[in-house]
Amino acid sequence: MSLPPSGLHGLDPAWSREITGPDSAGTIRTWHVLDSGPEGAPKGTLLCVHGNPSWSYLWRRLVAAPPAGWRVIAIDHLDMGFSERTGTVRRLAPRVDDLDSLTQALKLTGPVVTVAHDWGGPISLGWAERHVDQLAGVVLSNTGVHQPEGSPAPTVIRAARTPAMLNAVTKRTRNFIRGGLLFSRPLPSREIRTGYYAPYGRTDRRAAIEEFVQDIPLEPGHPSAAALDEIAAGLDKLADVPVLLLWGPRDPVFSDLYLRDLIDRMPHADVHRYEGSSHFVPEDAPTFAADVAQWVQDLDRREEATHPAPAGTPLWGALERRRRDKTPAVTEMTVNGPTVTTFTQMNTRVEDVAAGLAAFGVQAGDRIALLVPPGVDLTAALYGIWRRGAIAVVVDAGLGLRGMRTALRSAGPQYVIAIPKGLAAVRTMGLTAKHICVGDLPDTARRVLGVSTTLVEIEALGSDSPLPEPPADDAQAAIAFTSGATGPAKGVLYLHRQLQAQRDALADLYAITDDDRLVAAFGVFALFGAALGISSAVPDMDLTAPATLTATALAEAVDAVDATLVFGSPAALANVAETRSQVPIRCQEALAGVRLLLSTGAPVPPELLREVLQMMPSAQAHAPYGMTEVLPVADIDLPELERAGSGNGVCVGRPVPGVTVAISALDADGNPTGPIVEERSVTGEVCVRAAHTKQRYDRLWVTERAASRDRGWHRTGDVGHFDDEGRLWIEGRLVHVIVTADGPVTPVGLERLTEAIPAVRRAAAVGVGPRGAQQVVMVVELGASGNGLAPAPLRDAVRLAVKATGIEIAAVLTVASLPVDIRHNSKIDRVRVGQWAQRVLDGGRVGAP
Amino acid sequence: MRVLLTGASSLLGSQVVRQLTARGDHVSTLQRRPTDVAAELGLTEHLGDINDAALVAEAVEGVDSVIHLAARVGVVGSREQFFQTNVVGTRTLLAAARAAGVSRFVFVSSPSVAHTGEALAGNGAEPAYPRHAKGQYSRSKALAEVEVLAADAPGFATIAVRPHLVWGPGDTQLVGRIVDRAKTGRLGLVSGGRALIDTTYIDNAADALVAAVDHIDAGHGRAFIVSNGQPRTVEEMIERICAAAGVPGPSLTVPQPVAWAGGAVAEAAWRLARRTDDPPMTRFLAGQLGTAHWFDLRETERVLQWRPRVDLDEGFERLSSYYATHP
Repeated sequence: MSLPPSGLHGLDPAWSREITGPDSAGTIRTWHVLDSGPEGAPKGTLLCVHGNPSWSYLWRRLVAAPPAGWRVIAIDHLDMGFSERTGTVRRLAPRVDDLDSLTQALKLTGPVVTVAHDWGGPISLGWAERHVDQLAGVVLSNTGVHQPEGSPAPTVIRAARTPAMLNAVTKRTRNFIRGGLLFSRPLPSREIRTGYYAPYGRTDRRAAIEEFVQDIPLEPGHPSAAALDEIAAGLDKLADVPVLLLWGPRDPVFSDLYLRDLIDRMPHADVHRYEGSSHFVPEDAPTFAADVAQWVQDLDRREEATHPAPAGTPLWGALERRRRDKTPAVTEMTVNGPTVTTFTQMNTRVEDVAAGLAAFGVQAGDRIALLVPPGVDLTAALYGIWRRGAIAVVVDAGLGLRGMRTALRSAGPQYVIAIPKGLAAVRTMGLTAKHICVGDLPDTARRVLGVSTTLVEIEALGSDSPLPEPPADDAQAAIAFTSGATGPAKGVLYLHRQLQAQRDALADLYAITDDDRLVAAFGVFALFGAALGISSAVPDMDLTAPATLTATALAEAVDAVDATLVFGSPAALANVAETRSQVPIRCQEALAGVRLLLSTGAPVPPELLREVLQMMPSAQAHAPYGMTEVLPVADIDLPELERAGSGNGVCVGRPVPGVTVAISALDADGNPTGPIVEERSVTGEVCVRAAHTKQRYDRLWVTERAASRDRGWHRTGDVGHFDDEGRLWIEGRLVHVIVTADGPVTPVGLERLTEAIPAVRRAAAVGVGPRGAQQVVMVVELGASGNGLAPAPLRDAVRLAVKATGIEIAAVLTVASLPVDIRHNSKIDRVRVGQWAQRVLDGGRVGAP
Repeated sequence: MRVLLTGASSLLGSQVVRQLTARGDHVSTLQRRPTDVAAELGLTEHLGDINDAALVAEAVEGVDSVIHLAARVGVVGSREQFFQTNVVGTRTLLAAARAAGVSRFVFVSSPSVAHTGEALAGNGAEPAYPRHAKGQYSRSKALAEVEVLAADAPGFATIAVRPHLVWGPGDTQLVGRIVDRAKTGRLGLVSGGRALIDTTYIDNAADALVAAVDHIDAGHGRAFIVSNGQPRTVEEMIERICAAAGVPGPSLTVPQPVAWAGGAVAEAAWRLARRTDDPPMTRFLAGQLGTAHWFDLRETERVLQWRPRVDLDEGFERLSSYYATHP
């Protein structure tokens, strides 16, 4: 027995305590623990249990900063860390008893939150199940209580357990520890690695590492299998205990499958996946300790959210209502002309899908990913999923292949419904979902793509099966994804009643009735036709490349359904305007019947709307503002947009009925710390309150906690202000705010002024230098010219253009093209541009952003 | 207040003398040769070497504050020569000032004392680093600064002010050289002149030294960076200086490694030839012109209650009028 050597990075020797007491067999042993004190902390104790190969060092950041009123105790298991080497082999069951003995010796009688990692998970859960009366919460990270059904045993552990490897890797060398740390992202510094190695310097100090690996019950009949099964079975005792699951998804051992298994067993758990983090998530995720502390502190303010949910019309209600209507519901534009599906047919398909999915084994609450282009099949699948009570995971190709992979892995669907191309992509993503193919496939292709069944077969099955019970309004309905323009795409979870409210908000705002017909050239809105109960068509275009929409394709879709409403993104509309002269006369007549043109997804220049309106002489143009998390938030029509002119940002109009918008002012450091107020001329984070706001971010507890830290409000991450007339202006994203010595500077207003210079196609205002002392740099996209410093006349023109704002531009750089998102082809990745500008202006290589 | 200023023959020195005198301070100076400004304002001048203990003791007699600006600058000279003037000279002055009961000691330093070669973008005043600063000048100034700040004690407040690249009308160090070289078509840019650099218009630097005397109680024992707080690319600065002087802009651009190697060669050649002027390129200069150097002024502004008064546009206008009358 010895204490940690002094000088280990991040460790205070004052935390180390030796605790003596009987072990599971009654023999007196000495444990080493880290203890933040004080004894008798008013709120209770966090009991931190490490896994293998590790020690209490893993929890040092939590010990250093306990949640207010709490004490943190991080233990070293016997034979591990700086606890006694017993010379015995300690399996799972005795280790739970050991922990019990230790907490008795520690006299932990008050409330306890267990915090555990890796194989500390089952041990801590074993303890927790025995102490439910004093258990205030459970925190688990990258652990498991069971081999998930159908999963291969973790390859790494299997490899390490072959007899020769086991001894060589775990005991004779430090490779098992080193290997574990090497999975860390980013790799911990040398000082931290030294900290982890500290107790395992000699072979005899490492014996337990091998024994721990051997004690993993990978197969039935293993000596610890029964103990583990008992712990897994006992989890129902925790049904009323708050649980937090914190996960590093890049873990090659405890993959997302283990997370899903734990969620299945504890559906009430709060979940956060640290995208990019690996097995040692308490080490990898810089905010881990702070996030645990926040969650523990929130235990006091937990209350079941009660929503007075007025009974809404189900999402499939309009289809049901028009089930005898033989007029077109969905029209697909194909090379052979439009093909029509009537309301009657659509309703039948939706019911068949719902019944078929249920008969196939899909449970209410199961997640089903959809990789199907907008059209009849997608509509049937989506509304069928909703009618079944399953959750639709909507992954649009606009995320790009990598973004789709990240999104799908985060949502962890049990099923994927996809076209063959989508299935081929999904095959490479390491999901374990069952594949349901849209469209027919030869048998060999079915095998290659791992297809379980097809949508046609599901519908055939459904036509002979009973319709399942419809889900409650409070059931989970869908997970959509943010565009990923500011970090990895985030899953956004909606309940049925929230989507109903969204549908009703759109219907009210634009006075949509059964007599309207919709052409949607913008992904998500193509799906709303059926919910609104109106006929819809998608023009012949590649929805992942909005700029492929031609005026003729749009006009033909309008002609096919005699459309009154047209939805498009600015990128799509720009190409429409450009190709407008080619529209055939027949279609021009149909275009005259359009009453409303909606542009959404990104700011739209009024001149562009004016130009498109020349094709649609009876139409009014509107631009709704909103985001994946809540839409619509505000709306502006073209005359108002023109009246607003230029200002600090993009004018998005006034909040729509039923939506409250307010501002949380930015402080001098650029942080939105101000109270949420509806004052004018205050720049801050835009906060929204609406019935159609998302339920929460999916498996992103930390993100959700930050976005909804003011109860009832959603913090949008957009920065803006209200003008004197009560119109909302968006000045940029919070993460793109430049913080100079004179305070925060928002990018969009400066960019708009710069874009008024004729040669400039697009501009990005970014900061260089440390936050708080940043300088503003304007990066302009000219198209043809190369990357580097702007020539003096352009530089001076930019400074002149922004002169009235009083903001100084330290330098002007040019790029051939600015990096933008795929979905909207317009959201500039200013973080990346800023890093590039920093490199160039430091005197480094120019290259490209 | 009675103030002794060393190094009054420089542009910055004479500007500080004028500002202090204008507000009613009693100023005397110490430097090798008589200066125009002292003659013009009728000030007492102590003429001679900073290492002449008797002269220095006489100069600090009855003085409240010392502003120590005298230094050996540039790149030519041996390690011993830089050490003698910049370190030993400072020691002599420090000892004399303390012995004479001077209460405030302002040391004029340089941001290069904390610069070890990498780009500086928005850095604060980090500690001087005598071992790793680049070049003899910076190393000697770094050592001197460390000693000055270490001498800070109750009743004897010391402070270091680090103005970065001071320029203005009549400046021969920075502006003069650029203009001379541009006139002969020998002006090049390192790395395309992309590096963002801070500079200090002369009046702002002088203001900061006066502010350091006034607010030494708040900032004693510490170093403060001074600049215009308006970093610009090297290309833009050189181009605007040339424009103000009515000379052609830079004619060629040199990649950083080439400039550095060229500097090394030139320094060796100059040493062999025992030349006393500065070579056209030095390694120090290549580093200065090829990597970013700009700073976070918030601490300086807060503690010294100072802000740059003359912005770049105004500075260039004044430079332009100056050249209009001094072709």
